[in-house]
Amino acid sequence: MIVAEAKPLAEIAELLGEVRKILVVGCGGCVTVCLAGGEKEVGIMAAALRMMYKKKGKELETIEVTLTRQCDPEYVQMLEKYITEDVDCILSLACGVGVQFLAERYNKWVIPALNTKFAGGTIEHGVWEERCGLCGECILHKTGGICPIIRCSKSILNGPCGGSQNGRCEVNKDIPCAWQLIYDRLKALNKLELLLEIQPPKDWSKARDGGPRKVVREDVRIE
Amino acid sequence: MGNSSTPFEPKIIAFCCYYCAYAAADLAGSMRLQYPANVRLIEMPCTGKTDVRVLLEAFENGADGVYVAGCLEGDCHFLKGNIRAKKRVQYAKRLLDEIGIGGERLEMFNLSGSMGPRFAEIAQEFTEKIRKLGPNPLKKPNA
Repeated sequence: MIVAEAKPLAEIAELLGEVRKILVVGCGGCVTVCLAGGEKEVGIMAAALRMMYKKKGKELETIEVTLTRQCDPEYVQMLEKYITEDVDCILSLACGVGVQFLAERYNKWVIPALNTKFAGGTIEHGVWEERCGLCGECILHKTGGICPIIRCSKSILNGPCGGSQNGRCEVNKDIPCAWQLIYDRLKALNKLELLLEIQPPKDWSKARDGGPRKVVREDVRIE
Repeated sequence: MGNSSTPFEPKIIAFCCYYCAYAAADLAGSMRLQYPANVRLIEMPCTGKTDVRVLLEAFENGADGVYVAGCLEGDCHFLKGNIRAKKRVQYAKRLLDEIGIGGERLEMFNLSGSMGPRFAEIAQEFTEKIRKLGPNPLKKPNA
């Protein structure tokens, strides 16, 4: 999932500025799972902002809506009935994708309430870790299911580097060395010979280096 | 804070666990212990039911102080409800600081069902604390 985290309230209030009525829009996808922008967080955010404004002697009207997903036009469209003349802006609690989809669809000022962090997973309730670097060409079959692109601080393909000490990364002792993990895993699987294959430099054009990416599936296109 | 002629009487909401604080409140009553009438109790099945949104809602709707009263640590009927409540209360306190209401208006207390006198004491202490802090800043026009 895409993992995100709320911006500080003061920052959001500053971004909103002089508004009277806002739409606080949550997303039922990834940000609900990582407890950053679901229905509950929308409620807390809206209540907190109303109180902040009230304390300054200003009235703030909030309309709380949580869409199934903000990254699909069919759900984004469901917001239409709430977009009235008097709505000053939309506060989106989605990842950066959702914020852009709302901005593309509606002629309103859209403000992000979250900082989108990474593609990751839940380690335990309340703890999320980065797992995928979205590099566009998966090599997990070569590394025992441990991604050196994102879990190695240097993203090296033929590790470990000299900074790997006692299984820890030199960047931070809290980071396990991805290449140590890969070695341990391949050893356990009896597949250490995979490491004998030297990996050539990665073709980064399939990652972000090639510019914004797009996936098209002609077979499922309707038009 | 006291700019009105009548003394400020805070409105306090106490979210009380059924297994301890609520029973302690009952005991305090049976023991004929006096505690301030400012405190309004809300019974919860466990403080593990504590919801940050509800805590904020209490302040938004005019509470001057809010506290959550759960079992002694290690004694939760549902094992960890009070520990979870503690974390949520901490989080809500931070939010209240950010909002400008002040996290000190929200507290968590731990007691057992047999601690009637302690219940009365907590109600007394917290009411005094909030009385000193003054009314919820949201109530003051153009605070």
